[in-house]
Amino acid sequence: MSDYVELSNLTKIYPGPKGPAVIVKDFNLRIRKGEFVALIGHSGCGKSTVLSMLAGLSDISGGAIVLAGKELAGAGPDRGVVFQSPCLLPWLTAFQNVMLGVNQVFYTANLEERRQIAEYYLTVVGLGEALHKRPAELSQGMRQRVGIARAFALSPKMLLLDEPFGMLDTLTRFELQQALMDLWQRNHITALMVTHDVDEALFLADRIVMMTNGPEAEVGDVLNVPFSRPRERKAVMEHPRYYECREYLIEFLEERADRKSNGPTESLGTPSDPAAKPSRESWNGKGLVEPAGLARLV
Amino acid sequence: MPFLELNSVSIGFGPNGARSEVLRDINLAIDRGEFVAIVGFSGAGKTTLISLIAGLLKPDSGTVTLNDLEIIGPGPDRGIVFQNYSLLPWLTVYENIHLAVEQLFPNWSAAKQQHHVERHIAMVNLTPAREKRPGELSGGMRQRVSVARALAMDPQVLLLDEPLSALDALTRATLQDEISRIWQENRKTVVLITNDPDEGIYLADRIIPLSSGPGATLGPSIRIDIPRPRNRKALNHDRRFKEIRREVIEFLLNSKGNRHHPSVTKKLVLPDLQPEDLNVPRAMLGGRRRPIRRSEIKRETVEVDGNV
Repeated sequence: MSDYVELSNLTKIYPGPKGPAVIVKDFNLRIRKGEFVALIGHSGCGKSTVLSMLAGLSDISGGAIVLAGKELAGAGPDRGVVFQSPCLLPWLTAFQNVMLGVNQVFYTANLEERRQIAEYYLTVVGLGEALHKRPAELSQGMRQRVGIARAFALSPKMLLLDEPFGMLDTLTRFELQQALMDLWQRNHITALMVTHDVDEALFLADRIVMMTNGPEAEVGDVLNVPFSRPRERKAVMEHPRYYECREYLIEFLEERADRKSNGPTESLGTPSDPAAKPSRESWNGKGLVEPAGLARLV
Repeated sequence: MPFLELNSVSIGFGPNGARSEVLRDINLAIDRGEFVAIVGFSGAGKTTLISLIAGLLKPDSGTVTLNDLEIIGPGPDRGIVFQNYSLLPWLTVYENIHLAVEQLFPNWSAAKQQHHVERHIAMVNLTPAREKRPGELSGGMRQRVSVARALAMDPQVLLLDEPLSALDALTRATLQDEISRIWQENRKTVVLITNDPDEGIYLADRIIPLSSGPGATLGPSIRIDIPRPRNRKALNHDRRFKEIRREVIEFLLNSKGNRHHPSVTKKLVLPDLQPEDLNVPRAMLGGRRRPIRRSEIKRETVEVDGNV
């Protein structure tokens, strides 16, 4: 299948007091239509910066993003965003919060149909009985469910999830991951999710892109997730390769994220100039992606 | 004889009539020097449980005993580390810890107190930040001060109430390693409350899931017979780790699932609509338009594909 989303040499530079700070440098990523990609890395590595450029909320300093054959310019309802905090309007009910976007995007439809859309998505995420509650009356997890319903209700070309469950406790997170998965499995909207939770990435994604620590963050490694769909948590956790993949990701985060990668063999990585990376000398090559190691997991 | 014991403890909140039971019939026995983790959903009653042990709350029925003596109020024999650090913002790291030491060991010489405080600051690797105030410290460093303060009181039991939940993943891992190291050095009795099963399994000797409330009860107590020191990466190919993890997660998810009442079956309709392109000015389209149906689009797509 052809590439649906293309991020090429994406770069983000912020002006700083000591000259410009390069946060993300030459970030390359291609996503196929209907693919769910997770972007993992430590806090502050620039994951969210990539996502907000994709969302059109942050200017692109260099490189380009192409979505469905068109270069992106600015934000738009063709990309549904779920933020870490649900960002709901507190004076509107869950239903009204979803309707706000639905009314815009489906302005040609009649009111009944628009209502049906909002009600459908809110019910599917498990809020069938809380449609007319205001955010203050909902728990943190339920608010985030509204955020998910709101993003899906716009039938976006792409779904962008910025650590959507980062503020929730581990177990509520499990429930919401399930809700997201159930919804996503209905229509396979192309999705990019930023997270630092290894289990979350493995449960949800088709492919996990590991980002090196910033500044000048780039793609460090890529893991293809071997679990078939539809997925169910118990089956995923008991998959014979689950813990192998988990260990691979943890190893990257604990031992390799700090070092500049020499680029994985795939075209995804950017070959870096060895002379520009003095840290490479002190590095005994232990952290390098061995082709065999990668092949084992791909 | 267990060191710390909760015997059929129940507690609820609210006025008579509208009372909701938080914990129901909790039985827990912890030996001296044991590290026990209690893991549960938020809102399950984990903090209520630790408040009972701390003596900040009294049970409605049942007893909480430490060393055979019933707990009737808070005391320095139980050191607590809260999620929100609870440091005094106008005091430095040294002064925050010294305050506790001064209160508990008033007959120590000034030099001995100072040495004791400094030893605990060093234990959590904060010596360079000794003169800083909490406002100048990161979340991880503040929590270290809180741990050092609790340990400097030389309590019989250390109660950790979600100490790392507010920290990012990397800082959390670093602090877990430190807690593990410190525990192996002094083998205090520790009760850790957490919502992260991995954290519990990584640190504790025993992990007990708490079912989701109201009326939460403790699940099976699972011994974590994985040798120390544990390695977060290597755990992934440890058979016991996988078994324990599965057991804990399954218990917790099932306990939550049981509480879900099947909702009223509703007939839902999802209109088959294509979103409008909002970049095209509405006026240019002229008049009232019909929404685009996806099914119509699909037919078109087929034709386009045929031409290619």
